[in-house]
Amino acid sequence: MLDAQNSWNVERWTRDPGFAAIVMSEVSPRAAEQSESALVTAAKAGNYDAFEQLVNRYEHKIYRLGLNITGNPEDAEDVLQEAFLKAFENLPRFREDSRFYTWIVRIAVNQALMKLRKRRTDRSVSLDDPIEEDGEVIPRDFADWKPNPEQLLGRTETREVLEKAIQDLPPSFRTVFTLRDVEGLSTEETAEMLGLTISAVKARLFRARLRLREELSKVFKRG
Amino acid sequence: MNCRDVFREISNYVDGDLDAELKRAIEAHACGCHHCEVVVDTTRKTIELYCDGRLFAIPLHVRQRLHATLRQKCQGKLS
Repeated sequence: MLDAQNSWNVERWTRDPGFAAIVMSEVSPRAAEQSESALVTAAKAGNYDAFEQLVNRYEHKIYRLGLNITGNPEDAEDVLQEAFLKAFENLPRFREDSRFYTWIVRIAVNQALMKLRKRRTDRSVSLDDPIEEDGEVIPRDFADWKPNPEQLLGRTETREVLEKAIQDLPPSFRTVFTLRDVEGLSTEETAEMLGLTISAVKARLFRARLRLREELSKVFKRG
Repeated sequence: MNCRDVFREISNYVDGDLDAELKRAIEAHACGCHHCEVVVDTTRKTIELYCDGRLFAIPLHVRQRLHATLRQKCQGKLS
């Protein structure tokens, strides 16, 4: 068993096939990629079970992506359902020149941005806005963090701290941060997906990371 | 190289997206500067926490609704 030392993970593994799929894809990306291709082929041929396995594999990431971008659990659930429904409908046209994961992320990002624009009308929603020049970003908290903050705080509490911090970012910052650092897309993929320049992605990512670090430092610092 | 120079490049540094000379200069500075060492370390930890899939799970009821909806709509299209 992969996480034999961690009873929480073992329990989770046995009751949640989606979680098992996430762990497996992290353990063996190459094997996961090969089996992903086989699942896509089977799903295209009309095998619903194969499609459901793809859903199991990525539903956590797509829900988190929707939640991070929209900041609203109801919208995140809509994004999740709409993204996989659209993927199923468009599967025959998926040319497989990218990974299924990249393709479903692209669909979900479009759905999430539409939700965001619909829900809010203020200018802050636009991803094309210039970065607000509220001065140079300078770190203010220089305290070391406690070792293993997620263990000391507990997973639920840690998750709440992370969610609160990311939701306090402007949408354009948290969208870039989510694609780059949470979903693991490259700078180029993120820029292309959001219609931004490489330098705009880097500038937003820089500010997002430092702002998040400041917020988390308040909770995780020693003493 | 001073602290502000390090902060300005910190995002590129943690991504490994710097030329070798600039990388060495940052490391040489951070080696003797506790503030910069902490900021580099905690920026890395920030990213690690957010990409830790184990901390995040889809709520069970959301997952159940997703699978029920997909099964109903997708399998209807297959038959």
